[in-house]
Amino acid sequence: MDLSRIRNFSIIAHIDHGKSTLSDRILELTKAVDARDMREQYLDSMDLERERGITIKAQNVRVEWKGHTLHLIDTPGHVDFGYEVSRSLAACEGVILVVDAAQGIEAQTLANCYLALESDLEIVAALNKIDLPAADPDRYAMEIETVLGIKAEDILRISAKTGQGVGDLLDAVCERIPAPKGDPEAPLQALIFDSQYDQYRGVVSSIRVMNGRISSGSRLQFMQANAQQEAIEIGVRRPATTPVAELGPGEVGYLIAGIKDVAEARSGETVTLASRPATEPLPGYRDPKPMVFCGLYPIDGDEFENLRESLQKLKLNDASITYEPETSGALGFGFRCGFLGLLHMEIVKERLEREFGLALIATAPSVEYRVTKTNGEMVKVDNPADLPPAQNIEFIEEPYFRVSIITPKEYTGTLMELCQSRRGDLSKLEYLSPERVELHYKIPLAEVVVDFFDQMKSRTQGYASLDYELDGYQQSSLAKVDLLLNGIAADAFSTIVHRDKAFDYGRRMCEKLKELIPRQMFDVPIQAAIGGKVIARETVKAKRKDVLAKCYGGDITRKRKLLEKQKEGKKKMKAIGRVEVPGDVFISALKLDD
Amino acid sequence: MTTSSVSEFGVYVHVPFCRHRCDYCAFATFTDRDHLMERYVSALRLEVARAVEAAMPTATSIFVGGGTPTRLAPDLLAAVIADIPRSSAAEVTVECNPDDITAESLEVYRAAGVNRLSFGVQSMVGHVLASLGRTHDPSNVERAVELARRAGFDSFNLDIIYGAHGESLDDWRTTVERVIALDPPHVSAYGLTVEAGTPLADRPEQYPDDDVQAEMYEVVDDLLVAAGLANYEVSNWARPGHECEHNRVYWKQGDYVGFGSAAHSHRSGRRWWNVRTPDRFCDLIESGQSAESSFEVLDHEQRRVEGLQLAIRMRDGVPAGSFSDHDLAVLDGLVVADGDRLVLTRRGRLMANEVSLRLA
Repeated sequence: MDLSRIRNFSIIAHIDHGKSTLSDRILELTKAVDARDMREQYLDSMDLERERGITIKAQNVRVEWKGHTLHLIDTPGHVDFGYEVSRSLAACEGVILVVDAAQGIEAQTLANCYLALESDLEIVAALNKIDLPAADPDRYAMEIETVLGIKAEDILRISAKTGQGVGDLLDAVCERIPAPKGDPEAPLQALIFDSQYDQYRGVVSSIRVMNGRISSGSRLQFMQANAQQEAIEIGVRRPATTPVAELGPGEVGYLIAGIKDVAEARSGETVTLASRPATEPLPGYRDPKPMVFCGLYPIDGDEFENLRESLQKLKLNDASITYEPETSGALGFGFRCGFLGLLHMEIVKERLEREFGLALIATAPSVEYRVTKTNGEMVKVDNPADLPPAQNIEFIEEPYFRVSIITPKEYTGTLMELCQSRRGDLSKLEYLSPERVELHYKIPLAEVVVDFFDQMKSRTQGYASLDYELDGYQQSSLAKVDLLLNGIAADAFSTIVHRDKAFDYGRRMCEKLKELIPRQMFDVPIQAAIGGKVIARETVKAKRKDVLAKCYGGDITRKRKLLEKQKEGKKKMKAIGRVEVPGDVFISALKLDD
Repeated sequence: MTTSSVSEFGVYVHVPFCRHRCDYCAFATFTDRDHLMERYVSALRLEVARAVEAAMPTATSIFVGGGTPTRLAPDLLAAVIADIPRSSAAEVTVECNPDDITAESLEVYRAAGVNRLSFGVQSMVGHVLASLGRTHDPSNVERAVELARRAGFDSFNLDIIYGAHGESLDDWRTTVERVIALDPPHVSAYGLTVEAGTPLADRPEQYPDDDVQAEMYEVVDDLLVAAGLANYEVSNWARPGHECEHNRVYWKQGDYVGFGSAAHSHRSGRRWWNVRTPDRFCDLIESGQSAESSFEVLDHEQRRVEGLQLAIRMRDGVPAGSFSDHDLAVLDGLVVADGDRLVLTRRGRLMANEVSLRLA
């Protein structure tokens, strides 16, 4: 294929700024999808993606526009999936930056733009939703010019919803985004920027050929995994999968190589030919590192093996999940799982429940601490239950995030208050424009993973946006707060918190759990304790009445159904000792913060 | 499993007319269909006649409920009852609004074979009645009981409800004491329940409090037991020999047939129920069709468990072994052994759902 006619680009946009709608319009306009087959958010194939309005897995599609071949590479839209974004960008020469004309640019979008700029990608900026009454494209065009140096007059104005300006945008893509470069005669270097598991075909990887050619039937070398596979099928998505004989430099498509586990074809992997391998893999590969950990336990203990198999299957499609069996005195057998972030954790739990029919209880999320013991040994602790006894601890270090928040300036005060309450350290405060401020903080990760995002959103009516990256470890004064349920210390309830906040945390958790744990047949004391010393206590009073008043001819069927429903409800409860606890009690307890 | 003898057979007759709808009521009853009364009774009689023709067993109990059966002209009601073949000792109950009855109407019931009345008292305290959306004057209850006695009804029931918005523990005690003063052979006391679709359901601030209702239950149980009425089902108390036979048929999974709109029937594990509105009911019956709206068939296991769930609510409880040892330990204080039976304690009666869930 003539390289000069190829354009590879991603769309960078904040959640709800219209990326999926724009993708839909592009598919329509280029006649890649028939109007009658069109459904909303065509590229978001997971139900969860459509429901939450976010893209979790990257997709790509080939369309034709005025003699050009365009590869649209969809990127994940949440901060938890930043690495996947960077791999998608590595497959492009340019990006379309979509900014809501009524809201302006958001922190994470900005972070992704910087990422694009660092990779020397051409940015075609567009203000979307100009059909909205609240749209203020002039103002936000100026802002984009200030923060990104893109001239305001070069910024397109579109409405992905009505289709207005989308054709001009595609013209601009062809004019401004450079054609890919690459040597068709050089040894093959193809970048995997996404892999998904398909139960019939095995792993299907999205690839971008950088140099050389890949053809079906050839023997491939996966350079990071150090494994050889055969290219069973290569093809392109239009968006229907269409096999092709060969892909050359600059082309984007998919590869099926009989692989059963996405961990062997991870984002960032370089594929070359076994017979004539490239000397170097493409740069930028890294192992995704879990940031947040929690225990997942089946509510029904007999489902443990089922949970293991489900995690295995899920991992086929999401190499970033880690899991290891663990045992909890309170919860029995389960798995300690690692996630990229809290959203990732929630999505995984939800997928396990929905797609595999499991009922699960999740423990309080934790980060990974580094504990140096008095004997000089350093251990990593991602489960508070594993924290060595206090007398054996010399000091504890915790991971920190470098956080940037972009906000309309009127919310600066409340956000600074939030960050300070989360032990944040302000490193910089910048005005992006007269109205908007970017705050730079250093905050312990443990303080960010717990509802920080929700708090930020609620304090700013959703206007502030967040980006973060890991910024090393620091020593902190930390203590383990244990929770006792009905007098029994429940290991799964323990959390590591800063000493100054331990009392407050214990009191709040007791109050929350009192609300969240349904009344039982007996009084349930809830206590918080540090090192055996009780610091807070609440009681869930015993339920005294649970009976149907009437049970006559017409009531009997109803009563049976009611009892069946009540029984079903119990299946979503985990018995901790004699106490029945809802499966999402910890996630809820940490979320309901006010 | 069930101890019901084959000869027991209950007949329920539904009268879907009311003068006024109570705020908490979810029954299939209507305040604007009085013009249908005669037509409805004709349809009822037709439905009964067809059942009789199809060899319906002889009734050992008949229960006329509603709605407000006393809204119907007494002779219309008497005619329906007369159509139903019944054993000589059959219990025949009519639900009465204390406001409606007169010496004359009771005379007609008596002649038709009615031998038990059930009065909707609800409360003997004015502001509580108002809060329930009821209109009658408490003194009418005393008058009605007096009339019933004079007419020769020595078996009757008084229905009362606890937990109305604004009802204090003292209000409730007053109601129970005034009811006991009438020396009733049978009392049903129901916790006010919020049913979807009722006016009460739209007023969460008026929802009854479980803890308060639990205390009220203890009050009514204490006072009735002291007055010589024994609890024989979660919400029912009676002097010996005055237990309601008809309701026992329901609770023993016995067979029964219901006539009229929204009436439920049961025969050997098959349950069905008629269409809900009197208009539809009349249309169907008049055009020669069945009024059945829907049905369910219980499999053996469902029937068995349901049998236990019904039995546990009664004084005789369930056979020993109906709970696992583990559950029995969990249910300590709610369930006790009584000979070879396991029965609910008073605390257990208040927690009957929790207990039922563990029956196996």
